[in-house]
Amino acid sequence: MRTLAVAGRVLTQIRRDHRTLAMLLVVPGLLITLLWWMFQDLPGATFDRFGPGLLAIFPFMVMFLVTSVTTLRERSSGTLERLLSMPMGKLDFLLGYALAFGAIAAVQSAIAVGVSVGLLGLDVNGPVWLLGVVAIVDAVLGTALGLFVSAFAATEFQAVQFMPLVVVPQILLCGLFVARENLPGVLEVISAALPLSYAVDAMQELVGRADESAVWADVGVVVAFALAGLALGAATLRRRTA
Amino acid sequence: MMNNVIAIQDLHVVRGGREALRSVSLDVGPGVTGLLGPSGCGKSTLMRAIVGVQIVRSGGVEILGRPAGSKPLRDRVGYVTQAASVYDDLSVSENLRFFARVLGVQRIDGGLDRAIDEAITAVDLDGYRDQVVGNLSGGQRSRASLAVALLGDPEVLILDEPTVGLDPVLRRDLWALFHRLADAGKAVLVSSHVMDEAERCDRLLLMRDGRIIADGTPAEIRGDARDIEDAFLRIVEGEAVA
Repeated sequence: MRTLAVAGRVLTQIRRDHRTLAMLLVVPGLLITLLWWMFQDLPGATFDRFGPGLLAIFPFMVMFLVTSVTTLRERSSGTLERLLSMPMGKLDFLLGYALAFGAIAAVQSAIAVGVSVGLLGLDVNGPVWLLGVVAIVDAVLGTALGLFVSAFAATEFQAVQFMPLVVVPQILLCGLFVARENLPGVLEVISAALPLSYAVDAMQELVGRADESAVWADVGVVVAFALAGLALGAATLRRRTA
Repeated sequence: MMNNVIAIQDLHVVRGGREALRSVSLDVGPGVTGLLGPSGCGKSTLMRAIVGVQIVRSGGVEILGRPAGSKPLRDRVGYVTQAASVYDDLSVSENLRFFARVLGVQRIDGGLDRAIDEAITAVDLDGYRDQVVGNLSGGQRSRASLAVALLGDPEVLILDEPTVGLDPVLRRDLWALFHRLADAGKAVLVSSHVMDEAERCDRLLLMRDGRIIADGTPAEIRGDARDIEDAFLRIVEGEAVA
């Protein structure tokens, strides 16, 4: 009940902010189109090589950014403290956010996948709806991590600084630029510990061999990371502070 | 005897390396109790400890016979922070609707709408219900924050400087509201650093440097001094001499 109240409130806030709404829903689709356009004159199916990875990366990146700033705002404006002094459970709070951003992610990935497969001709061997599932799970991962890092920022300025710290290394090591098995040993090990690697794996799998059990295994890993992120986030929600 | 709504025993709180509250013991019953003292004397810290959001070094705080911050108390204690803690990107009524749902205000028979209407009317924001809080003036934002604390009809109200920045008419109306609530049997603890608000309280607690330096009715504390401010200065100077 309270979970729904939080989710409803977050959605109302986002809906009121048209620019953020546009960034969340429309920009990933636009960026993928830009990427497709970039590769237009190159031989080979380069879009097919990079497209799936981006379908995994964009939801993660966008949700991480929006969540880290939004939850930081809750902390700094005092509303979080107020909520925790009320009958609001930490889990209700977290699940409310996850639900709201998950719903937005569903629309976002529908648009991005629709554009990629329908308009831009991305060749997918696996079921298209599974692409959407991976994108949504990815977005929830971004939400969970964004919530967690917001505990370590005092201002919105500090919150966005986590982007280059948490998101960009994952983009570099996830297998998009260099296949993971071709990375130097240490980097390969590190990339195996980063959740985005598995999301990109899942997307590339779906487009390529389409071994569904491998996809679900990767999705499972991302879900586990997301749950761990939520648990860590819960630990940073303190009722009593100094 | 359960006469004491708030019972504090030997409370010690350390904040930012300094002793914010030193060995504070007090009892508060129903009625309007004023907590007066200069900025930085520990009023907010004391209120946070009562509401249960303050990390406490030692000492006991009990509200309505239960430890401060315990679950059963969370919908029975209304709390207003010094800085308005409401969502700037939601309207007044959207804010109230959200917090009312968190508090579990009964929805049947339009109870939720009634509670929201009553809260808005009590703080005289009737014409601003659908205004986004971020567009309101400072005083209006404070009143919106106060309206949230009134939801759910709490038995205890802890109000941290609710009259700051308000004109005399509004202040008079708010104090009338506090007394109306107290007449209905609630305990209202109001803090202020404006000494002339002291006369409006049933009982006064004067604070300085983390200690309670006077406790009684305004008449008792004033004694033969000109006014409360004078009495306060006499006490402080008396301590300096002693």
